[in-house]
Amino acid sequence: MTRTSAPVDAPGANAWEGLVTTALLGTDRRTPPGTAPGPDAPTALLDAAAVQTVRRRAGLRPARAAERPQPAPSDTRPALPAAAARRLAMLLADRSGPSGGGRRGTAPDLTELLPQWLAAANARGFAPPPQLLPALLDAARGRTDLRPAALEFAGPRALWLARLNPDWRFALRASPGCGTALPHPGDGDRGRQLWQEGLFAERVALLAALRAREPAAARDLLATTWATERAEDRLMFLDSLRAGLGPDDEPFLEQALADRSRNVRATAAELLSALPGSALAARMAVRAEACVAIDHMQPPRPLRTGPEDGGPGGAGGTTPATAATAATGGTGGTGGMGPGRAMGTVGATEATPTIAVEAPHECDPGMERDGVVAKAPAGRGERSWWLGQLVEAAPLGTWSRRLGGRTPREIVALPVADDWQGELHAAWCRAAVRQRDAEWSHALLGDPSAPEAGGPGAVSLAERAKLLSTLGAAERAEWVAGFIGTHGLSEAFQLLGVCAVPWGPPLGRAVVDALNIARDAGSYPWSFSGVMGLAERCLDPSEASRLDALLAVPDEPENASPGAGGYWAEAFQRLVTTLRLRAAMAAELGAA
Amino acid sequence: MTQQGVRWTADQVLALAPDAASRKAGSKLGAAGPWSEAGCSDEGTVWGLCKGSGSKPYQTIVDIADAAGPAYKCTCPSRKFPCKHALGLLLLWVADDAVVPPGQAPEWAGQWTAGRRRRAEEKKATDGSGAPSGAADPEAARRRAERRAERVTAGAVELEQRLADLLRGGLATAEQSGYGLWEETAARMVDAQAQGLAGRVRELGAIPSTGAGWPVRLLEECALLHLLGQGWLRRERLPAGLAATVRSRMGLSTSADGPPLRDRWLVLAQYDTTDPRLTTRRIWLHGTDSHRTVLLLSYGAAGRAPEQALPVGLAVDAEVSAYPGPGQPRVALGEQFAPAAPSAIRPPGVTTSQAVARYGDALRDDPWLESVPVTLDRVVPAPDGGSWQLADADEDAALPLTPAARSRRGLWRLVALSGGAPVRVFGECGHQGFTPLTAWPEGPGDAVALC
Repeated sequence: MTRTSAPVDAPGANAWEGLVTTALLGTDRRTPPGTAPGPDAPTALLDAAAVQTVRRRAGLRPARAAERPQPAPSDTRPALPAAAARRLAMLLADRSGPSGGGRRGTAPDLTELLPQWLAAANARGFAPPPQLLPALLDAARGRTDLRPAALEFAGPRALWLARLNPDWRFALRASPGCGTALPHPGDGDRGRQLWQEGLFAERVALLAALRAREPAAARDLLATTWATERAEDRLMFLDSLRAGLGPDDEPFLEQALADRSRNVRATAAELLSALPGSALAARMAVRAEACVAIDHMQPPRPLRTGPEDGGPGGAGGTTPATAATAATGGTGGTGGMGPGRAMGTVGATEATPTIAVEAPHECDPGMERDGVVAKAPAGRGERSWWLGQLVEAAPLGTWSRRLGGRTPREIVALPVADDWQGELHAAWCRAAVRQRDAEWSHALLGDPSAPEAGGPGAVSLAERAKLLSTLGAAERAEWVAGFIGTHGLSEAFQLLGVCAVPWGPPLGRAVVDALNIARDAGSYPWSFSGVMGLAERCLDPSEASRLDALLAVPDEPENASPGAGGYWAEAFQRLVTTLRLRAAMAAELGAA
Repeated sequence: MTQQGVRWTADQVLALAPDAASRKAGSKLGAAGPWSEAGCSDEGTVWGLCKGSGSKPYQTIVDIADAAGPAYKCTCPSRKFPCKHALGLLLLWVADDAVVPPGQAPEWAGQWTAGRRRRAEEKKATDGSGAPSGAADPEAARRRAERRAERVTAGAVELEQRLADLLRGGLATAEQSGYGLWEETAARMVDAQAQGLAGRVRELGAIPSTGAGWPVRLLEECALLHLLGQGWLRRERLPAGLAATVRSRMGLSTSADGPPLRDRWLVLAQYDTTDPRLTTRRIWLHGTDSHRTVLLLSYGAAGRAPEQALPVGLAVDAEVSAYPGPGQPRVALGEQFAPAAPSAIRPPGVTTSQAVARYGDALRDDPWLESVPVTLDRVVPAPDGGSWQLADADEDAALPLTPAARSRRGLWRLVALSGGAPVRVFGECGHQGFTPLTAWPEGPGDAVALC
């Protein structure tokens, strides 16, 4: 080790070198220094080498100290409570994931609990024990979804550490706000310099960090170099304006509507349409309004083939004649999102207000400038394609005005003429998601217990999940609980995924009841493994005591799958154990 | 017996696990869910019923009061030892007073512990009273020892001859001959019942592939092997202490016959090394009064952990007896006066210069010594080119880490713990550098195991 510091001029040094050379060549070729050649030469060499070896080892001295690393910045957060620190060590030790495929058994899956643990620890503002940082960084390295929370929790010492180990470079890239490579946003000159000279990733990070603190400053910074950026960079930079989007951004976005790149134009239009007060939104409203109207006296029409160019794509199953007039009773009953082909009495004497749709006949340059894509994808009629884009980008507030002062719920309940309902409602769904409009979302979601809510109606499960995400947490949970109460769990996974954690009591109860029903129905628990996994992570730990009754192995009903009862008991046991563990985790972190 | 109320830490429990899979499985069982009727007694027994996949719960009992580490009993069919249920129960005991409350052991647990205690008492009584049964015929034993010594001598002579041949032809040829030559020589030494020589010879085979500077290392090892062989052949003329060291280095079995030394022994480090035949567990203890640092060695069959386990950070009030040989750290654990309990004591530390001086001194008693146990105080881990060193915070001196320590995960725990500030580090200091095993932060904080 410390050979480097051994005195080179010591008498032993040369003697040792000589011995090594002789040993390498062999005493037959070279006589060891200080001995006679002959049969005893090897022994003499070994004797001398033994003396030298022990001498060299006994005379070791420490080496010169290398440059010591700069001390890590101090972490002012309070230290993690001891029990929580042990828990973290355990969660991190389990990183290897479930061993093998196979059954999951009754033990909780610790890896899946790490995200919530990190979120809870971050919410409480604790600092990690430094010796756990390597394991934490390794975990974050393996799972990108963990990185933001893990790095926030890991704090400044983790970044200090990451600079010493190339395996953890990602931490330096991923944390722009932590002041490692990026100047403080207040430091205008350095920021501007980095913006002008930095690598693309650094620039994106800088822009995002600045946008988070001072949205206007970020936009101004972007404007300084906008004209000279490459198209794909412009697209990325524009996208970072999505965060903190506000009316002030409109002039900049308006100008981007004239961009050379089609993708940049489309993104600018999308951002503008999310601002209901923007000029673009107003222009789109005018265009959309021209296409949709209330027809109070829709007479039975002669047979026609729907919209000229093929009508709303794919809706060919309906006979156009019956679809022409749709009269549904009232707004409360089946009026929701069902296909608008309820049996109306042809030639009814009493006029039913109906939405008539006249899709645009052309896509003019003005529309294209406002982000409407003129060319429809294969298989879609271009008029319905244009219509969808217009309605999607028009402020939802337009419709109440346009359609006789009706509320969103009433509007959604109106029958739609000529098979346009699917197209129109889908566009409203996209608009509600884009404009984060809870009232419209609620109206479009309809009643969760409606029979058609369970099937693939006009609004797909994916769209419903998106609509749900615009609602408040309680409303969301209530709707999903109602849905599960009526339709069971088989379609619920996606919807549960957007519910706030932990699940509120009505939702939690609905899930547990539905699981119980599924068990009694005799199927195997792994048909519900997705929901089970979610329940382990999301159910309120205080529900654990209500589950105790489910832990026993039930008598097997005749039609049940063999052994299912035992597997269910195991699955519920894992659920309860996991909930208890989560309760313990929360208690250790000092949560209420 | 004042320590019964103190529960261990989870890390200390997990250090008992025989392998990573058990550690994981045990962690999962360390929650209240599957457990019922759990409790612990003042005598150091922990028990509980664990719901498994069968209809009847497993009965799990752990006796943590035993001198040689905890003893376990579980009705599960696992052949792991301790099984995941025992680990889970201990974790629960560590974490949750409410689920594992102090109390009276139920009958099934009481019977087992009572039986254990009784057997232990009986054993102690027979040990104390009678002569060891094995040595019934001292004359026969002496003849056996003589015969063995003759065979070892023959082995040493043969090895000397082979070393001389090697140096006559030159070490450069060793690079070409590879492992084969050394494996065959090692097998000859095993036949000669010279285990110590065989082990050293086997390691020689790997040296030519260790990169730059291998001729130096090979010559060193050959020379020390020669020194050991010569020491054996002339053991009659050596001072008694050195002769004892030679005997033990040759692999001749010795027994711990030193006088018992009672102290509060702090567990500094526990780590395993494995080779294809054997798992060797080393446990370093520090006497808080005697300031001696001693080593417990235990062995397990390949792939299985030795049973003796003492987690870092515990202290044991116990007697130890040294094995023969001056300056030799190995001891056997004797009577234990109280269950192992957590302790906040830290061993006193020295500077890097003092640490290497201590190694140099120790070579006087045992020139074959690879390293000595040392606690360094106020050192900063610092990157040094591709490697790392522990630099004195207050002097321009540093110890490089051994190549093995550089690649371990523990290095990063040490660096993270330090964060550029001085730490106290216990480890092994030798001619290859320093191997950190345990560290303490500068401020308050528990020991952090690095191995």
